[in-house]
Amino acid sequence: MLRDITLGQYYQTESVIHKLDPRVKLVGTICYIISLFLVNNIWGYVIAALFLAAMIKLSNVPFKFMVKGMRAILFLLLITVVFNMFLTPGEALVSFWKLTITREGLKLAIMMAIRLSFLIIGSSVMTLTTTPNNLTDGMENLMKPLRKIKVPVHEIAMMMSIALRFIPILLEETDKIMKAQIARGADFESGNIMKKAKALVPLLVPLFISAFRRANDLAMAMEARCYRGGDGRTKMKPLVYKKADRIGYAVLVLYLLVCLSVGKFAEILFGAILGIMMTVA
Amino acid sequence: MSLILDHVNHIYGEDTNLAVAALVDINLVIPDGQFIGLIGHTGSGKSTLVQHLNGLLKPTSGAIYFNGQDIADKDYDKKELRSKVGLVFQYPEHQLFEVTVFQDVCFGPKNLGLSSKEVELRAFEALKLAGVKEEQFYQSPFDLSGGQKRRVAIAGVLAMKPEVLILDEPTAGLDPKGRDEILGQIKKLQKETGITIILVSHSMEDVAEYVDRIIVMNKGRVMFDDVPKEVFKHYEELEEVGLAAPQVTYIMNRLNKEGFSLDTNVTTIPEAKEAILKVFR
Repeated sequence: MLRDITLGQYYQTESVIHKLDPRVKLVGTICYIISLFLVNNIWGYVIAALFLAAMIKLSNVPFKFMVKGMRAILFLLLITVVFNMFLTPGEALVSFWKLTITREGLKLAIMMAIRLSFLIIGSSVMTLTTTPNNLTDGMENLMKPLRKIKVPVHEIAMMMSIALRFIPILLEETDKIMKAQIARGADFESGNIMKKAKALVPLLVPLFISAFRRANDLAMAMEARCYRGGDGRTKMKPLVYKKADRIGYAVLVLYLLVCLSVGKFAEILFGAILGIMMTVA
Repeated sequence: MSLILDHVNHIYGEDTNLAVAALVDINLVIPDGQFIGLIGHTGSGKSTLVQHLNGLLKPTSGAIYFNGQDIADKDYDKKELRSKVGLVFQYPEHQLFEVTVFQDVCFGPKNLGLSSKEVELRAFEALKLAGVKEEQFYQSPFDLSGGQKRRVAIAGVLAMKPEVLILDEPTAGLDPKGRDEILGQIKKLQKETGITIILVSHSMEDVAEYVDRIIVMNKGRVMFDDVPKEVFKHYEELEEVGLAAPQVTYIMNRLNKEGFSLDTNVTTIPEAKEAILKVFR
């Protein structure tokens, strides 16, 4: 029932992307997202799409897994598109009743849709190819400088990894309790919204109790192993950059340069071609 | 009036690279009033199998018939099926959620849409059948001991008045005394009501003295399906798949190897005692 949720889930397979250092993937994803918002012409988006397609190809994760994550934000995407389409002032294209679609609105809507979907797919490339533990390790490492200004970096990373670790457990638990209550005749699907909300009580109460029980057990187990925070703690598998990671950074820099300059370059190129054609004519 | 499984297969995660065949070509007939032990090692598919019997899981191929009707039919009443085939999950106490024991047991029959009088009558009967003491009826279920909670959870399913009662590892996590109490209660229940009971377990010892028939599962297939005596004759094959016959079977076979001629068909300790004494008389 709940196994369809793929956003933030790891997909086990062998690939170049899977083997990359999590720091490269984190920095890469952040840069990619920033680039999506800096680009403002079609050529930039073409480059971004090509880059994303290449990464998906390299990651060996079936494309339909990436798209599955999109389903969760489909509604958000729709609202964004509709609002941008109708509410942006400008030159009217089509108008019926009180609604008008403007040229600027249409352009903005398409741009927003592309941005949002690339953003989601781009970040799911990262989460699908990196185990949660690796991801938080990378995050802790990247945030290390913040320790100087008294940010509890290790604690934040630990909380994140525990939270991520608990997602599949709680999903499984939800599935189990749901089945147990369905076996007792509970109905989670039919009825109006009030009835549905009420039907959730037999699910949520046991779920909360079990979450607290698990949290308690975990705290006890950590204490029994003398856990006392991050000071002086060493890693079993410290993060070390390898050759592939350096190449990864190089590719990233190259992408950023091309992606952000391609618009200007294309303009100049078109200008030049146009100029040549004019002079020839 | 029976359950029939016809070439049932089930595959988990069919369209991913992690597809696992949990059930392979299961053919079973479960007549009325039988007390059945379903035995298998962890991951042998026994929990998956029982979830098919009340329609929580759908077979990937094959069909299941309850009282002559295909339960996969579109117009088949699933709620009715779930009241007739009661399923008690592993650690059923994790599904308790109400303020009092009595109210929690009322949840099942209430979902069947019965009158409040009938609901309370059934809850009362079920609690009695499950061996819950009257002074506990209006306590919070969370204040009870583990074994007591389990009885309440079993009562919660019994209150639906099932024709078939399935218990998935009802003794998991209980001490020997609690285990014997629960199993004794189940046997008593079967005698009093005459309903079909399927007891899922990984321990032969647990079920040997109670059941009429044992179904052994291994790697998603039915390995043996016979009366306990016949199944225990294959004790060497059982060991190969990580199961074991009851200890008396071993003692009797060992004694015979040493030159006694004992009846190796005994399955319980009193029977073994009789057989051994017979030789000395």
